[in-house]
Amino acid sequence: MSIATGKAWVFGDEINSDVMAPGIYFKESNEIMASHCLEAVDPNFAHKVQPGDIVVGGRNFGIGSAREQAALSFRHLKVGAILAKSFARIFYRNALNFGVPALIFPEASDVRAGDMLSVNAVTGKVENLTSKKNYVVDSIPQHLMDMIQAGGLMPHLKKRLQKKGHI
Amino acid sequence: MGQTLVQKIITRASGRKTITPGEIVTCSVDLALILDSGGPRKIWPRLKELGIGVWDKDKVIVVADHFVPAADPQSAAILKLTRDFVKAYDITYFYDMEGICHVILAENGQLQPGMFCCGGDSHSTMGGAFGCYMAGFGAIEMTGVVITGDIWTVVPDTIRINWSGAFGPGTVAKDVMLFLARKLGMENAFKVVEYGGETVRNMPMLERMVLTNMAAELGAETGLIEPDEITLDMIRTGGREPAPDALDWKSDADADYVATHEFEAAALTPQVAAPHKPSNSAPVEDFASEKITIDQAYIGACVGAKLTDLHMAASILKGKKVAAGTRLLVAPSSKKIMSDAAADGTLSTITEAGAILLPSGCGACAGLGAGVLADGEVCISSTNRNFQGRMGSNDAAVYLGSPYTVAAAAVAGHIVDPRDMLQ
Repeated sequence: MSIATGKAWVFGDEINSDVMAPGIYFKESNEIMASHCLEAVDPNFAHKVQPGDIVVGGRNFGIGSAREQAALSFRHLKVGAILAKSFARIFYRNALNFGVPALIFPEASDVRAGDMLSVNAVTGKVENLTSKKNYVVDSIPQHLMDMIQAGGLMPHLKKRLQKKGHI
Repeated sequence: MGQTLVQKIITRASGRKTITPGEIVTCSVDLALILDSGGPRKIWPRLKELGIGVWDKDKVIVVADHFVPAADPQSAAILKLTRDFVKAYDITYFYDMEGICHVILAENGQLQPGMFCCGGDSHSTMGGAFGCYMAGFGAIEMTGVVITGDIWTVVPDTIRINWSGAFGPGTVAKDVMLFLARKLGMENAFKVVEYGGETVRNMPMLERMVLTNMAAELGAETGLIEPDEITLDMIRTGGREPAPDALDWKSDADADYVATHEFEAAALTPQVAAPHKPSNSAPVEDFASEKITIDQAYIGACVGAKLTDLHMAASILKGKKVAAGTRLLVAPSSKKIMSDAAADGTLSTITEAGAILLPSGCGACAGLGAGVLADGEVCISSTNRNFQGRMGSNDAAVYLGSPYTVAAAAVAGHIVDPRDMLQ
């Protein structure tokens, strides 16, 4: 789960959590919510994205609401990793808590929509298999990587509570 | 080198002797706020899955404010589940349809200087007006907080923003924030904004809360304001006695700020943010010449329909009528505000002008309740964000302004300088 390989879906700066998880679908299931992910900026994305594909964003990716569905929708769509020039704080935390690797990738503008990317969240190695360019980005801090590798906050919490004898 | 207020709070909450910006620490949580939208409906199944309960029934505060009152069976089921959760875990503080959570905490004296608080809503930053740390987190993370009573954070840098002097007519805290969103941008993640200076000291709490609420629009972890007697008065009004050390929670004189900005209040004029982001703002004069026709004017949300906001709107609307072809919707931020505005005549001024009153709740601001927009409609709103699709249709356009500016647009039928209508 630390290496994801797939097609790049490229988005611009300041893609906010309202367009990732529109409020009008708040009462619906996570599956229905995910099917509307980013439809205001790319109506095809949620229907055509394939498991393992990589989402590439610009600056301040995920700014806005605390709604966990913004990050959860990417997990439902089986996105392999999210690369962005920078992340908004709550979105970044939510993504990691759902076990979706989120890596800061300053060269996001190099990526063209449809490029094949390979991302190793542990080593920070990002390969663009289409343009043949390789990058090394900051890897995710170890205590967060432990959580991602456990599958997210829930399995991580379970381990922590079992260790303490609370469950 | 001294510490900023937020660094002092995190030092205390993490039990550490020293902390350094950028390092990750685990903090004990003093108050956890969860809501009908992302609270029990998300957290309860996870508690059941783990076979564990809440860490402290006195510290987990539940508010039903997003889907209120129920407009369909799905909303009704979410609200029922919220009430069932409160019963099942014997939660001490439950505010059911009393108003919007951030305002409710303030009205009930729940926030004290120096506290470390987490809320399941991005505008939880509003609580920082009380000199406490209060930031927003997703439901998944609030699940962890509700179980363990702790959370990790990156020790933030602090940006200090000082305002001096007095505002000119028709200019308020909301204009400050629309200006700052443009000036500082929306990308200040893992930084905290501390507001101060003479202008802030002279603001009532309900105006200070606008500054900390919209720290979220700056992308900041949270906003804080050092406590003073005005802070303590509001805690007392909320029915609690401030802690004896409440006024000690201040930044050191030699605190290490990552940046300090100084602004003159007198130089600021009413601001408007154009679609689709709060930082897309400019002085209202820039919009007035364009004659932007308004279908809906909305005064609502945690940030924009407090008693001070309703007073601003009423001062414009008194003796005037909402323009033909424009609708003005008003959703007071809380039940108490609704009642206070009824008692002092504000509601009759607003309704005599032709406004439609809506229940207190998050409602149309987040595209949830009554007052959402159709394709091609144009709205001006006293709320805090105008992202595409947030208030309904993806093809609607939402402008942001102060309650003065929104009320003036409702009367004119298009965006105008509210200073021309002040009475």
